Amino acid sequence: MHSLAKAALVRNKFIQLQQLSSVSRILGRRAVGTDTGDKDEVYDVVISGGGMVGSAMACSLGMQPNLEGRKILLLEAGNKKVMDRVPDTYSTRVSSISPGSATLLNSIGAWDHIMKMRCKPYQKMQVWDACSDALITFDKDDLQDEMAYIVENDVVVAALTRQLDSLPDIVKVKYRSRVVQYTWPTPYQSDGGVPWVQVTLASGETLSTRLLVGIVVAPHQTSGGCSSGVAPLQTSGGCSSRVAPLQTSKNNVAWQRFLPTGPIAMLPLSDTQSSLVWSTSHRQAEDLLALDDESFVDAVNSAFWSNENQSELVETAGSLFRNALSALMPSAGSPRQLPPSVAGIGPKSRLSFPLGVGHAAEYIRHRVALIGDAAHRVHPLAGQGANLGFGDVALLSQVLGSAAFDGKDLGAMQHLLEYETERQRHNLPMMAAIDLMKRLYSTNAAPAVLLRTFGLQATNMLPPLKEQIISFASK
Amino acid sequence: MYSKKFGRILLGFYSHNTNVSSVIKRRLATCPFSWSSACKHRKQLLQRTTIVSSERSVLLCQMSSTQSASNTTVDPEEVRRFQALASKWWDEQGEFAALHSLNDLRVPFIRDNLMSLHRECQPGRPLGGLKILDVGCGGGLLTEPLARLGGHVLGVDPVENSISLARLHSSSDPELGGRLRYRACTVEELLGSEEDVRGEEKEAGEGPFDAVVASEVVEHLADLETFAFCCGHLIKPGGSLFITTINKTNLSYALAIVAAEQILRIVPQGTHDWDKFISPADLERLLEPHGFSVLTVRGMLYNPVTGSWCWSDNTEINYALHAVKAAEEPPHRQAEPEGRA
Repeated sequence: MHSLAKAALVRNKFIQLQQLSSVSRILGRRAVGTDTGDKDEVYDVVISGGGMVGSAMACSLGMQPNLEGRKILLLEAGNKKVMDRVPDTYSTRVSSISPGSATLLNSIGAWDHIMKMRCKPYQKMQVWDACSDALITFDKDDLQDEMAYIVENDVVVAALTRQLDSLPDIVKVKYRSRVVQYTWPTPYQSDGGVPWVQVTLASGETLSTRLLVGIVVAPHQTSGGCSSGVAPLQTSGGCSSRVAPLQTSKNNVAWQRFLPTGPIAMLPLSDTQSSLVWSTSHRQAEDLLALDDESFVDAVNSAFWSNENQSELVETAGSLFRNALSALMPSAGSPRQLPPSVAGIGPKSRLSFPLGVGHAAEYIRHRVALIGDAAHRVHPLAGQGANLGFGDVALLSQVLGSAAFDGKDLGAMQHLLEYETERQRHNLPMMAAIDLMKRLYSTNAAPAVLLRTFGLQATNMLPPLKEQIISFASK
Repeated sequence: MYSKKFGRILLGFYSHNTNVSSVIKRRLATCPFSWSSACKHRKQLLQRTTIVSSERSVLLCQMSSTQSASNTTVDPEEVRRFQALASKWWDEQGEFAALHSLNDLRVPFIRDNLMSLHRECQPGRPLGGLKILDVGCGGGLLTEPLARLGGHVLGVDPVENSISLARLHSSSDPELGGRLRYRACTVEELLGSEEDVRGEEKEAGEGPFDAVVASEVVEHLADLETFAFCCGHLIKPGGSLFITTINKTNLSYALAIVAAEQILRIVPQGTHDWDKFISPADLERLLEPHGFSVLTVRGMLYNPVTGSWCWSDNTEINYALHAVKAAEEPPHRQAEPEGRA
């Protein structure tokens, strides 16, 4: 069943696991077993790639009771991120952490550190179209519950690093270690063959492990732009995302508007500061980067407020439909609100990064499992990238804990297959939905606009449907 | 009775001279659609492992294989059959696929029962500090998980090839090396060597053991009485005996012999001899004089479509049995009632 869903999604833009086999073809089947220095030390799990998802994986494995006494290693290419005191300025990259991810972070003890540092919960979200009046609002009925939390990525990593420091016996972290080559396991009978995955670092050290958990994919090995088919991310015609911290009037709501060039979102960081995420084409991104601060602020305000994309036809049709729906369901629907206007922007805080979209056809091989961005990359329009990664962490860690309690070899396929099946069942529909939204909203042709206008207005009037959407996105 | 005889005549049950292998029990499911394609689909799903069978068989041919000395518990013909299939142990989709998936039931069964008897266990090593003997270990399919869980495990098997393969498979793993050993011998030979050691000094002996595991073994033995006697002397007082085997019923004949071997061909023909099957009641009667009391008997069912096992209340086909040796020595136990009388 899930292979059918996979086939439907495998069009142009997929990160195949062939990149791993191509690496091994380049390397040949070299018997690295002659390097006897590390032959006796075999790690149980090596996590290749740090960041939020990698550090969360390391913490989660380190706190699994069934994995006590095992050897776990996290390889991080960057430096150690320590944050004794939260800096006054907000960092640029933020994530929307869903309640499900917050539960995971709580279970590994990092959420307390995050709450002590800085995070902003929000209860309400409004999403609307630039080409029509249609909008949809999500809010939790009783305002005690949070819909999600906006947390800076640096804060999450620092909290996880602090938690990792408290687990020195089981989890080791190697900073500034870049992997240059992977050697896959060979059948144990052949001479010099090593049945483990071998990881060679830039420093020349070689490590053996029973299970390799991959978080990142090397940049040159990704394929697929976000809207122009198979193309490297550097060419124009692809997408990139601009992020910046903004100063606004009081804001507790997450705003997102779909422009024909891509969605623009304002996420609350504090009462007066919000974070901007603007996804657009490469060219426009470069133009926006080149603007000075004042012109940039004007561009942001106009993106949120202007009605230039709306046509008469769509306006009329939209209001007719809305009136009809409100006649049927007078109590449903919500009044339209406008986002707070942007007053200023932090100096030199604009960042641009390329977007990739992709999905690995297989998350696992013998002794290898992919989680996070290595397995799936999504458009930020739904704020789900990090949450999908945290979901992978929670499940893989639970699967490995049970496997260890049953005495199984951690790299064996049986339980890794369970992880892959379960996660693909969750991730594929989510990615399909995000892809569909993106395609639907990237045009201002009248039929598409009418379709999405009616769809959005109808969904806005149906609380049960909205609740389903929220609960699916909160996992 | 009649169904059994009819079945034998109709399907030519007694075919002695074919290969052997794992015990595969299954239940003929109610909807016989294409088994082979279902099994093939599952095989393809699991094709991504790196086990290569051809290289293995080449390597094993180069290994010397000595015929083990004949002994009372061992049936020489069974030994020959297993030697032929020795290279296939670790192929998870090969002849022993069902034994690999049986680990999902038997490892937790052993682990949980031992944990409940020995309260002091550390997390991460639930069987830490326990000495376990795996009789008829074959390629080490059950021995390795028990060692990973912290037990000090000795695996014995009369088939030399299987032991060599088991040693080779576990040699590359430094975690297992310290706690896992193999010997190519029968259980009587082991007992004999134990008693020699005990007679001299108590140093290099292997036992007595906290637990003895005989999984999918008793239905291949020639003499169960000797086997029970040896177990009785190899286990510490209060220690456990775990047996998984096939019941001797009409249903087990229909499913384990006719369906599994002849119709669906999940097990090579001639693997099992229905006369060697034993019911839980008979097994209990056999074990009691040697000081064992049976604590648990649970039925197991195999699903050929998914290739997985599950627990069941029905012990008519496959079952798992846990018995505990009395805390006092058997002679004292027998003397007690006389004393009271």
